[in-house]
Amino acid sequence: MDSRAILIELPRLRRYARAMLGDRVAADDLVQDTLERAWSRVGQWRVGSDLRAWLFSIMHNLWVDQIRRPNLPTYSMDEDDFDVPTRATQSDALEVRDIAYALSQVPDEQRAVLLLVALEEMGYAEIASTLGIPIGTVMSRLSRGRERLRVVMEGRPSGANLRVVR
Amino acid sequence: MKPLPISESDLHAYVDNVLPEARRAEVEEYLASHPDEAERLQAYQAQNLALKDLFNPLLDEPIPEKMLALATQPASVAVDTKKRSFFSRWSLERIAAGLLIAVVSGISGWLAHGQYQTQIRSAQVVPLFRQAAVAHVVFSPDVRRPVEVRAEQEDQLVTWLSKRLGTPVRPPKLGALGYELIGGRLLPGSSGPVAQFMYHDASGQRLTLYVSTENTANQDTGFRFAQEGPVNVFYWIDGKFGYALSAGIDKGELARVATAVYDQLEHK
Repeated sequence: MDSRAILIELPRLRRYARAMLGDRVAADDLVQDTLERAWSRVGQWRVGSDLRAWLFSIMHNLWVDQIRRPNLPTYSMDEDDFDVPTRATQSDALEVRDIAYALSQVPDEQRAVLLLVALEEMGYAEIASTLGIPIGTVMSRLSRGRERLRVVMEGRPSGANLRVVR
Repeated sequence: MKPLPISESDLHAYVDNVLPEARRAEVEEYLASHPDEAERLQAYQAQNLALKDLFNPLLDEPIPEKMLALATQPASVAVDTKKRSFFSRWSLERIAAGLLIAVVSGISGWLAHGQYQTQIRSAQVVPLFRQAAVAHVVFSPDVRRPVEVRAEQEDQLVTWLSKRLGTPVRPPKLGALGYELIGGRLLPGSSGPVAQFMYHDASGQRLTLYVSTENTANQDTGFRFAQEGPVNVFYWIDGKFGYALSAGIDKGELARVATAVYDQLEHK
């Protein structure tokens, strides 16, 4: 295994971890733990197989083992964390904040599938093997996750929008 | 031939653009006569876009040096020649030159800290904030015996706890914020003794400061916030000390107290 190959995957691992956990510090901790475990198990990786899927799989297992157990919302207090990445305009930003909130309302295991589909653009079968679940479960989690996200986004009266109108 | 009925999976595959062309046409036909479903799928497509908009900027964030160091091969992993030949198949062009430089500079960091930290982190089973929150919940409601040594014997308290923790500890003074020391106690942490100081304000609202010396190998952190049921916790790591301030008061007020505690501990 090659350090450079891992470096290529780093930004994606971080993006997924942040989207899953919502918190910058916790997400980077998870990525770092993933890297450590990857090197400690480098012998298990088959040359020629998909490195990204392998790393995501390690990260997912770590997340299941470690992060989910305390199951407490934690927030780092760095000022950077109050920045929500946005596109250029203000009205867009409101929309983007809404999806961040809605995403936090989707159950963990559904959010994992949703993000692998939307961000990583992984195939359903690849997600099934990465998460170690049957493909039927992938589909049902995707379906429920998307519907949950839609309901939250449509059902939530947006205080931010009201303020803008005034 | 009559087409297969459209399944929920087909609809998601349509949203994600992974349907074969022929099937895609069938789904489109189905959607043309089912406007509600079409609307639902449009919302899903919008979700995909919105999630990308929200999180894709993270791809461009600079990667922390420590993480770069961890991404490089640790010295302890032996490289056999068979794997070497695989390395050469990765073309250099895929990597920005700057990234490589950063990696090299990060290796020393790895050598110094990485291995040691792995052991410590895995040994720390219950996170600091949770230990502190549980200790708060257990002791702060106790009306008659909230502490082992009361504030009237503060000197004894300080001497005793410093001796048991093996390092000087003393309760910060929070009188200016309206919180008086009630006293303190010794508690078992993950791997040794920890101290808990308890305060209350005029209304009887109690606040506890949990002081652990078990964080030897962890890096310092900024304030972090956690919520355990009704208890809010601010916690941070400063050298070998881990501090957690717990109370059933709102986050803003607790942050004010946490800042004062931090300042006093910094400048003691």
